[in-house]
Amino acid sequence: MNQKNFQAIYVLWLRQMKRFLRAKSRVLTTIVQPLFFLFILGFGFNIAVFPGMQGSYINFLAPGIIAMAILFSSMFTGVSVLWDKQSGFLQEVLVAPVSRLSIVIGRTLGGATIALFQGFIIMIIAIALGVPITSTGGLLLTLVIMVLLSFTAVGFGLIIASKMHDFEGFQSIMSLILMPLLFLSSMFYPVTESLPGWLQMLSYCNPLFYMIDGIRGSLTGVNNILDPLVDLGIILTLCIIIMGLGTYFFNKSEA
Amino acid sequence: MDIITTENLTKTFDGFTAVDHISFSVKKGEVFGFLGPNGAGKTTTIKMLTTLLYPTQGSATIAGFDILKQRADVRENIGVVFQEPALDTELTGRENLDFHARMYGLSQEVRKKRVFKLLTLVDLLDKKDVLVKHYSGGMKRRLEIARGLMHSPTVLFLDEPTLGLDAQTRRAIWEYIKQLNKDENTTIFLTTHYMDEADFLCDRIGIIDHGKIMVMNTVDMLKKSIGNDVITLSCSDIQKLQKRLEQESWISKITPYASFLTLGVERGEEKIPAIFDIARTVNVTISSVDVRRPTLDDVFIYYTGRSMREQDHEAPHNGTKKPARFRLRWQK
Ligand SMILES: Nc1ncnc2c1ncn2[C@@H]1O[C@H](COP(=O)(O)OP(=O)(O)OP(=O)(O)O)[C@@H](O)[C@H]1O
Ligand SMILES: [Mg+2]
Repeated sequence: MNQKNFQAIYVLWLRQMKRFLRAKSRVLTTIVQPLFFLFILGFGFNIAVFPGMQGSYINFLAPGIIAMAILFSSMFTGVSVLWDKQSGFLQEVLVAPVSRLSIVIGRTLGGATIALFQGFIIMIIAIALGVPITSTGGLLLTLVIMVLLSFTAVGFGLIIASKMHDFEGFQSIMSLILMPLLFLSSMFYPVTESLPGWLQMLSYCNPLFYMIDGIRGSLTGVNNILDPLVDLGIILTLCIIIMGLGTYFFNKSEA
Repeated sequence: MDIITTENLTKTFDGFTAVDHISFSVKKGEVFGFLGPNGAGKTTTIKMLTTLLYPTQGSATIAGFDILKQRADVRENIGVVFQEPALDTELTGRENLDFHARMYGLSQEVRKKRVFKLLTLVDLLDKKDVLVKHYSGGMKRRLEIARGLMHSPTVLFLDEPTLGLDAQTRRAIWEYIKQLNKDENTTIFLTTHYMDEADFLCDRIGIIDHGKIMVMNTVDMLKKSIGNDVITLSCSDIQKLQKRLEQESWISKITPYASFLTLGVERGEEKIPAIFDIARTVNVTISSVDVRRPTLDDVFIYYTGRSMREQDHEAPHNGTKKPARFRLRWQK
């Protein structure tokens, strides 16, 4: 990759930053919405007792909320290629003499920066609310998983965007795919205790499960089902596959 | 040397053929005009040549690179001003240009100089820090042209560059395009609905309709091809007169329209008495006559059967001066 491509990655990233900071309402809602979840669900279920759950409910919930914030924000970045398609700006990007890969990387890094910024804010608030941290190593692992989650979600968004021409399909994808994935992800409750066997199996097929389990294991060190490093391995593999597919579909799509 | 070549280039959208086996070439340093009515396939052709659409069939090369197999090399050699807006409206004018400059790898020094020069050319210097979403339509268009001219590509595609611009700005942009073509030997591939623009800028012209190239030649040869002079007649019975005139060998082309008839002839002013005599023999009364040198409008109408103005009401009525050597008009 030559210098031109690096400059392209930088300017694509820069564009995303500028757009994000100028869209005040987006900055606000993407931070406030997960906080709502954290506070309302966190305190609302705090008195409930889930069999097999250690510590308070908010400790269990926080990793999932962090993951959800990153997931939504990153997917939005991927899917927002559709906006560029409709405004025509995508053409300007696609005729430029830079590789498609650097366009995807630029967009992904831009989206990841924003998503991680949001993820951090929620993480800091969660820690302030008393969610424990296992160790510095655990915190670092959490960051790695957050980055990979973000990349994967941008890639997933890119795949959706290249298959759609308008926003109508987007709504149905959100409710038909994303919602079940979220509810089967162990985000809100421990799946091993509460779900019947076949739904548990579905949970294990759910990529989000490993993301949330990984963050839970590395950040708080309790209530996780798999070793966080095992989660990491699965997430990394998934990330490479989805990003590869996202780049491939983006490359194939016409403007 | 041919800088653009196409061979049977074809694009089909769900069974509808927008571009139909077109083959042509453009030489290095040429200003080539691509004219055609709405929906003729001009933009689709440009999109295929600029690697934004995959051809359904056929192939093309830009600067020797294949648009299918060497897409990255093709992009290295082109610049495009799109027909439809392609700006980021959440960025300012200057930021849009800066984005472009960086995507094309211009150094910081060149970038600053060019941004300033082009903002001056399109008269947007005082608006450079305003978000593009607050620009007027014409200002957006000007910004896009400025952006297209930022880097110096081997081939520059301009898809209706001056659509919706005022006469003064159009002139300035024409001059700049001419200069760019002369100074840097940039090949220009231009589509337009303005015949004066094509006349002023283009060395050669191709006329496309329904996805097929109807004719392709230099502007002068195209005008000559429909006769040295064009006579326009209004009369009481167009069909009858046309039928009779078709027997005359000195008329090279006859084209009937709803309310008038055009004839391509040599030394038109001398033929008028003869035409009146013929009309009288078939009992047709001529109500008006006009003789003039053929313009690109006539060429366009002849090859597409439609006038640009019939289908494009946005055209300004200022620039189409007809180089009439002789003009005569009377009413009975
Ligand atoms: N993405 C698309 N899907 C389906 N049909 C399309 C698509 N793009 C263009 N067409 C059709 O192809 C034909 C040619 O369109 P094109 O945009 O190339 O015309 P044009 O010559 O540029 O016209 P204009 O002068 O109006 O810009 C039109 O009939 C148009 O409806
Ligand atoms: Mg067009």
